[in-house]
Amino acid sequence: MTGKRRRIYLVLACAIGLGSASALTLMALSDNLVFFLSPSQLAEKAPQGGRAFRLGGLVESGSLYKQTIDGHPQAKFRVSDGAASIEVEYDGILPDLFREGQGAVALGSLRPDGKFRASEVLAKHDESYMPREVADALKKSGHWNPSAGPPPPAATWNTLPTKPGG
Amino acid sequence: MDVQPSLAPPPPPPPPLGGHGLHRFANPGRFLRLSGAVLPWLAGAGILLTALGLGWGLFGVPADYQQGDAVRILYVHVPAAQMALGGYLVLAFVSLASIIWRHPLADLAAAEIGPVGAAFTALCLGTGSIWGKPMWGTWWIWDARLTSVLILFFLYLGHVVLVRAFDDPTRGQRAGAILALIGVVNLPVIKFSVDWWNTLHQPAAITLSGAPAMHLSMLWPLLTASAGYACLFGAIVVARTRAAVLERRLQGLLLVRTEAAR
Repeated sequence: MTGKRRRIYLVLACAIGLGSASALTLMALSDNLVFFLSPSQLAEKAPQGGRAFRLGGLVESGSLYKQTIDGHPQAKFRVSDGAASIEVEYDGILPDLFREGQGAVALGSLRPDGKFRASEVLAKHDESYMPREVADALKKSGHWNPSAGPPPPAATWNTLPTKPGG
Repeated sequence: MDVQPSLAPPPPPPPPLGGHGLHRFANPGRFLRLSGAVLPWLAGAGILLTALGLGWGLFGVPADYQQGDAVRILYVHVPAAQMALGGYLVLAFVSLASIIWRHPLADLAAAEIGPVGAAFTALCLGTGSIWGKPMWGTWWIWDARLTSVLILFFLYLGHVVLVRAFDDPTRGQRAGAILALIGVVNLPVIKFSVDWWNTLHQPAAITLSGAPAMHLSMLWPLLTASAGYACLFGAIVVARTRAAVLERRLQGLLLVRTEAAR
């Protein structure tokens, strides 16, 4: 039985060592593991000299402007995190989930005039799933304006009937 | 040719017939009897619930307000992700039993969990990629969630290879168990990556605290599919472990026979 006890202590010691080592590593890495910068982080300290980085935030309501020149789609919009916002220009096709009030991540760099030039735009999905009828009901009753931001708390809608009057 | 010893018992490492705790299952005969009784039910429930959950999710559920029909990939993707993580947790537990208690069945089970877990992780990564292209706009992105799940996939593959890499199976099993236990560090990283860091991957819609951010008509089929995947995973692993036990027994018999023929 001493062998078993010794192995238990060995495993425990390894677990504590490994656990704290990885916790410390993750904490040290947390700055570098940031997938995107928000507009207010950007205002604090912007990457220098046209370096490419990712910008993330909500697409500001009423800021999306799309046009097609010679079959090449172009888009302009503002990305905001509530505190700050920045204008983004992008030439290309926007993903299906991209819309005003939805989260988006853009890869690109800052131009000298302070605008963000994106070479790639990705749409972020908020973690809410609802049928169209429910979304329409929420919009109709004035509980939610999709272009203004994420849906209201889930408890207010996740049991709504999917068929009118049903 | 008059070899009778096929009736002789295989030369097992003498397992205690009684035993306490989990060691009761160290007796292969008892394990075969018990698992043989459980397996049909587990497999039946797995097939039934998976078919029900997937059929319901793919054909019965209303389309999402912003994703449209692409939301249906969720019913294949999320349960696969849950089993990728859950399977690894079981692998880690089994490895712990192998290292501390030297449980003979644990080593056999660990070798059988690896490939199944890898398959579910591959399914999770593949369906996620198929969903990501139209929805996010990219097949793959190196954000914390996707990267940590890819690491999980490599851990599974590493375990599969390591366990079978040595001439002496015990050495492989020991090395595999250590790898599996070290890899546990990755599990909380996967789970909380979407909360700790800015990721492209959305956070969990279903949490222990707070209402699920998913309409109930979409939630029930998901829970059904999850239960089905779990039963299926268990059934596959139990069936594979039974096969491994039987294979070992057969090898023992053959060994006895050749010894006797000599």
